[in-house]
Amino acid sequence: MKKILLVGASALLLTAGTLMAQETLRVLTWKGYAPASLVKAFEAKTGIKVKLTYSNNEEMVAKLIATRGGGFDVAQPSQDRITFVQMKNKIYQPIDYSKVNEGQLVTSMLDSVKKNTKVGNDSFGVPHVYGTTGMIVNKKLAPGANDWSDLWNPKYEGKISYRLKRPILIATALGMGEDPFSLYSDKAAYTKLMKRVEKKLIDSKHLVKNYWTSGDTQVNIIKSGDANVISGWDGKGWTLHETNPDIDFIAPKSGALGWIDTFAIPAKSKNVEGAYKWINFMLEAKNAAVFTNQEGYGTASKDAIKYFDEKIKRNFSRSFSKADIDNIKWYPALPAGFDKIESKILERIKAAK
Amino acid sequence: MKKRNLTFYLFIIPVLLWLMLLIVFPHVDLFLSSFQFENDDGVTVLSFNNYLSFFEDSIYWLTFLRTALYSISITVLAFVVTFPVAFYLTKVVSRKYSSFFVLLLLIPIWVGELVTIYGWMILLSDYGVINSFLIYLGIIDTPIVMLYTDFSMIIGLLYMSMLFMIIPVMSALDSLDDSLIEAASDLGASKWTIATKIVVPHAMPGIASGGIMVFMLIIGDYVAPNILGGKSSLWFTEQIYNFFLTTINWSQGAAFGFLLLMLSSAIIWGVLKLTGQKLERVGS
Repeated sequence: MKKILLVGASALLLTAGTLMAQETLRVLTWKGYAPASLVKAFEAKTGIKVKLTYSNNEEMVAKLIATRGGGFDVAQPSQDRITFVQMKNKIYQPIDYSKVNEGQLVTSMLDSVKKNTKVGNDSFGVPHVYGTTGMIVNKKLAPGANDWSDLWNPKYEGKISYRLKRPILIATALGMGEDPFSLYSDKAAYTKLMKRVEKKLIDSKHLVKNYWTSGDTQVNIIKSGDANVISGWDGKGWTLHETNPDIDFIAPKSGALGWIDTFAIPAKSKNVEGAYKWINFMLEAKNAAVFTNQEGYGTASKDAIKYFDEKIKRNFSRSFSKADIDNIKWYPALPAGFDKIESKILERIKAAK
Repeated sequence: MKKRNLTFYLFIIPVLLWLMLLIVFPHVDLFLSSFQFENDDGVTVLSFNNYLSFFEDSIYWLTFLRTALYSISITVLAFVVTFPVAFYLTKVVSRKYSSFFVLLLLIPIWVGELVTIYGWMILLSDYGVINSFLIYLGIIDTPIVMLYTDFSMIIGLLYMSMLFMIIPVMSALDSLDDSLIEAASDLGASKWTIATKIVVPHAMPGIASGGIMVFMLIIGDYVAPNILGGKSSLWFTEQIYNFFLTTINWSQGAAFGFLLLMLSSAIIWGVLKLTGQKLERVGS
């Protein structure tokens, strides 16, 4: 019996030993953000084994809080979701920008992310992917839909869908002619505005087909014809356009919502050097272009545009006029406590008849 | 007392580790954190506020009430739908085929809940299989809205939980002596009388344990209400999920988790009392 135990124990130790021998990098990211070809190239170049875990903003933060910033070496939260978590839970470590190849980044985006992820004297993010939330419309079945306010337009009754999360509250406020981001410094006024948004969305709930909940359900609901006017992400809309030319991404007249997803390094990252290598590798112009050509989203890599496919450039010019670009509303950092106001409102809308 | 040997400890230690590390400790941790409340000054204090907010805010207990009522109805529905099937499989069809049929019933469990749900989406969508077929036959001209309604949610929940009703009911019916049914029928009892006086009472422990399982599965489910349920299908588990993941208020989420556990246990206890069942018999 003792022998069996011994053999078992040594087998365990051995496997642990071989696992330690190879350097690994555990990346907590979004689906599609690390194309297989790039992962292979990175592994060949550095000898580091990459382990990917797919997630979204909410789950990413919850995972890192649960492990107190451990378990992963790189994470990819949106820039507006870093500071309020960091102030309370300290799940990330400051970025050492001297280790980031800043020259290959779009300067304005880097500066904006540095500013928006600042806690104390440190910043916590490096920009990677940007995109907009706007509308995906089936132009044949719902001609004329071009603004957030069409998400409560009786003309499209029963064919409307959106995701019941923060962005729709902001979008509804924009569609009502308000500027919610300017109220981020005034909690009382913001709460009041959100009350009006709540009423608007409850009053118009009967027009909605369903609330989509993920990238997949978003694509599915318009592809299947269950809805014709939905809120959606630009990359998804453009991919849909390739299979069905009637469907396309539209920048709403009252302003598309711009988001930037970043690279952040969890507090207990076990491979910080590898993390910087990964960040710099992914932002190399050629590699960033591989990602954009595949997923359709924009990149913070400055020269990637040289390697873009024609269709990517066409997508952008089809959906955005010069005025639309100037009108993109970039998310500022979310103030602490605001998520609670919003979450209650979202639940009340979902529970309403 | 007999002295315990190494083998005994070899087997008991993994069981204890499993129970303690994976079940007891996390529950104790969550239980403790459910009493932590962050007051307006941002200081964490011990309090019952997380539990009280369930009763203070109507949206929470209304959602729970709705979830519980739906779960009870679907459990009853599961019994109504599966009892004839279970009876047929144990008493009518020959044993050779019945195991084959049970195997067929198992298939939806093998592919997983998410896949069966996507299957139902394909069937029930506005331009899905059922609507397209009905339009093709000329029975309807405009699609019937089935997906993202209470109807589709109930179908989804029913479909994934039916099996957990069938199996215990079948095993209960298995022990029913066929001659009892024959005797009753010889003495002139109608089919309805036989069913209500002999078959159902005999199968009661199986029905009760199946009912508990189905009820618990449904009230704790997250996926089917979320995907199939449509715009007004707020399920209690979704509120718990939101506390953990959206507002990152784990203490509140933990408190609601324990409320779900306590309230659903209370419902089961109440129903067992009402129907005069004993938990020990149900468990066997």
